Amino acid sequence: MNSPLKRVAVACLAMFALLMINVNWLQGVRAEELRSDNRNTRNYYERYAIERGRITASGKEILAQSVETKSNKFRFVRQYPEGRLYAHVTGFFSPESADAIEGAENKLLDGSSADLLLRRSIDLFTGEPTKGANVDLTIDPRAQKAAYEALKASGKRGAVVALNPKTGGILAMVSLPTYDPAELSGTDKGKVFTRYDQLAKDKNQPLLNRAIRQTYPPGSTFKVVTAAAYLEDDDSRDGQTIVDAPQRLPLPNTNISLPNYNGAACGSGKVPLVYALEKSCNTPFGKIAMELGYDKMREQTVKFGMGEQIGVPMSVVQSDFGPKEDQAALAMASIGQRSNRMTPLQMAMIAAGIANDGVVMKPYLVNKITDAKGDTVDEADPEELTDAVSTETAHKLRDMMVSVVNNGTANLAQVPGVQVAGKTGTAETSDGAPPHAWFISFAPAENPKVALAVIVESGAANVGAEATGGHTAAPIAKAVLEAILK
Amino acid sequence: MPAKRRMAQLVMLAVAVLIVMGAYANVGLAMNGEVPSGMLTYGLGLGGLMLAAYLVLAKFAPWADPLILPLVTLINGLGCVMIFRLESVPMAGASSNSQIMWTALGVVMFSVTLVVLRDHRMLQRLTYTAGAVGLVLLAIPAVLPGSLSEVQGAKIWIRIGGFSIQPGEFAKLALVVFFAGYLVAKRDVLALAGRRLLFIDLPRARDLGPILVTWGLSLLVLVFEKDLGTSLLLFGTFIAMIYIATQRTSWVLIGVLLFVGGAFVAGQLFDHVGARFSAWLDPGSPIFYGNAPVCLEDPPGDPLCSKSYQIMQGLFGFGAGGILGTGLGQGHPELIPLSFSDFIFAATGEELGLTGLMALLMMYALLVERGLRSSIAARDPYSKLLAGGLSFILAWQVFIIVGGVTNLIPLTGLVTPFMSQGGSALLANWILIALLVRMSDSARKPPPQAIQNEGMTQVFQR
Repeated sequence: MNSPLKRVAVACLAMFALLMINVNWLQGVRAEELRSDNRNTRNYYERYAIERGRITASGKEILAQSVETKSNKFRFVRQYPEGRLYAHVTGFFSPESADAIEGAENKLLDGSSADLLLRRSIDLFTGEPTKGANVDLTIDPRAQKAAYEALKASGKRGAVVALNPKTGGILAMVSLPTYDPAELSGTDKGKVFTRYDQLAKDKNQPLLNRAIRQTYPPGSTFKVVTAAAYLEDDDSRDGQTIVDAPQRLPLPNTNISLPNYNGAACGSGKVPLVYALEKSCNTPFGKIAMELGYDKMREQTVKFGMGEQIGVPMSVVQSDFGPKEDQAALAMASIGQRSNRMTPLQMAMIAAGIANDGVVMKPYLVNKITDAKGDTVDEADPEELTDAVSTETAHKLRDMMVSVVNNGTANLAQVPGVQVAGKTGTAETSDGAPPHAWFISFAPAENPKVALAVIVESGAANVGAEATGGHTAAPIAKAVLEAILK
Repeated sequence: MPAKRRMAQLVMLAVAVLIVMGAYANVGLAMNGEVPSGMLTYGLGLGGLMLAAYLVLAKFAPWADPLILPLVTLINGLGCVMIFRLESVPMAGASSNSQIMWTALGVVMFSVTLVVLRDHRMLQRLTYTAGAVGLVLLAIPAVLPGSLSEVQGAKIWIRIGGFSIQPGEFAKLALVVFFAGYLVAKRDVLALAGRRLLFIDLPRARDLGPILVTWGLSLLVLVFEKDLGTSLLLFGTFIAMIYIATQRTSWVLIGVLLFVGGAFVAGQLFDHVGARFSAWLDPGSPIFYGNAPVCLEDPPGDPLCSKSYQIMQGLFGFGAGGILGTGLGQGHPELIPLSFSDFIFAATGEELGLTGLMALLMMYALLVERGLRSSIAARDPYSKLLAGGLSFILAWQVFIIVGGVTNLIPLTGLVTPFMSQGGSALLANWILIALLVRMSDSARKPPPQAIQNEGMTQVFQR
């Protein structure tokens, strides 16, 4: 009986060999696929097993951190000390997704990034649990708070973006209405998803980061760009160059004409460029644009960075001057109407470009990444995005914008002891809602530390001489400027 | 002449107990940051138990293979650790205390078997008794009303009060004893050649009786107890034993044909068999996994809904474990349904990884091969057949359940020997090990000296 027994022994070995091969196949070859299968709920627990890094602002204020719990299942949960204030910056960390910085920097925050390989290898040897890297942002907490409080006081939807014009670092990024990221970062899927659905369906769109994910007609703030194109076209022009400023500008091939705000006259009908900007007359800029032509206007917008794919690291939606149509459309677009659509960040970049002697810096939020031990992993390296205008043109524009604040529509943005440059805007909306109030600005004019854009949706509700961007948006800008320059 | 290797066995036992204690400590440290308070008690208890088993073995079966007891100790101990780990989550149903109590009873049964059964050939006299006992044990759950015998679709229990046993586990042993005795008696007849077809000598038609009866019995188990695993286990073991007894490959062929035929018919007739098969082919499909829209209705709109949910959870566990595993207490094996019983292999794979599973499979393979070695070394056909049958049924059972859990073959519920939570299986398997130890002892024992002195008799040596 020994020979069949030996064959049975071989058969048994073969069975074990099959099992071993199959286990190798499962755990060696298919492991990654099985691990990352979205039905594998381990990923969900895994999210809470790691101590994620902190998100801080300017190296001090903590925007988000992981705190240890008593629970066996969820060891670390996310905490946002000033959730609503920084919601659109930090984003949230929900059971299945993450938004804004939490999402864009996820691999660093949870420690899985290749940049942290060295740290992880050291941890492996010392037996310490891997912790995520800390992400420090360029946000200036004072500016953020000032912007949030001032915009909130208006009671309207809107956004504020402030930049350091010399580096492109984002100093404040506020979008209202906001939400509490803690509500979307809990471990209870049912609760989180219900809350998310509620917020997503809210008609005020609290989840939307208006500063970078929404475009608006820029209104009169865009006249700065039109003026830039006009000055760039001929070196000899400056703020004192006399331009035509009729009460109404007839639009070619149409039976309508472009009026000034409230149909008012603009000086004597022939005014210096700076006066047109101070009073925000429409007709001179419409006429200038028609003389320059679509291509030159478009080129100037591109030079201010429009059309660039920008990630701060969250991706920014494209701003657009609008398609090439007839002269009438061009005249409207050149005063920030028609198909002209800008994100608040883009408008802040325009102000920043002028402030920085004509060079637009690439905007960014992440200042520094440090690993759990405090060693620097990565540091921001400011980059030039585009050359918008020559230094001379930039200085001419600056002087005109200072004049707008000192003598024109933006007197509410004046900060005692500081020269502030700015431009107001009142953008009419196509859907008949009250116009949006805009303001772009930078200060101090000689040595700019901050450039910003403010939009208050339907903020120019009161029809009348004061119902402009200057009335609603400029005081918000002033609050931010004061917070930073104080 | 084989050595007794008692010292080696004692050291290996100590190492096995130490590994298990280390694993306990590991679970506690990972889950609560402290060594579990019961670790020393558990460790000393396990050590004491195994020392007792060792002493019984040293006294009553001194020549037994030294590897068998340490291997079983380690596998059984790791099973207890996994159950303890799952209980600590907590996971409903997992109870390490009851498993440890049953382990203790198992060791008692092991010792009793060795003490009482001084010569396993005694069992040959009980061939037909064993057969009858096996059949009755197998039939009891089928006859009992469902309330007393059915758990999660399988009608294989006897539940009285808070107590439940799986008589099938003991029936398995009794039937192997019966097969061995019966086949030894009939093997000459069964080996007679009938017609020759191609290269194979077919048996005579009139000798087909026993295999057909066993086949029918397996089908009955399938039909009345919905127990695919036991059905396949018994039939496969019978085929292996008839092959060992007769050396005729034709029996294996006939067995395979009967199995395929039976499986096909069962697949057509019984939904639960067909469903297992379809789920095996494509476990990831939304219907089988249970997240297809039709499955979210109440009640689910398709009977195949969620049939592979458990397998997929197991596979996710294997995937999460990867090469090195998450470490004891650091994975989420509680997400796998029944991970303390049928799916304990998946839970182990998640936390100990490929590395741990290879070691575990190696231990099972070694155990089986030590049993088969005793069988080859045995001196009489009955011992060979019994040892061969018992070793094979162990290997076959590991193959069926581990293959099912890893989706190598369709899933059929069976316990993972010595690991899955369950008293009946532990007791039966400890008795099985006692029988193997007993036969190993008699196979390795040197023949009486007196005969050697006459200088004429051939002495068996390996």
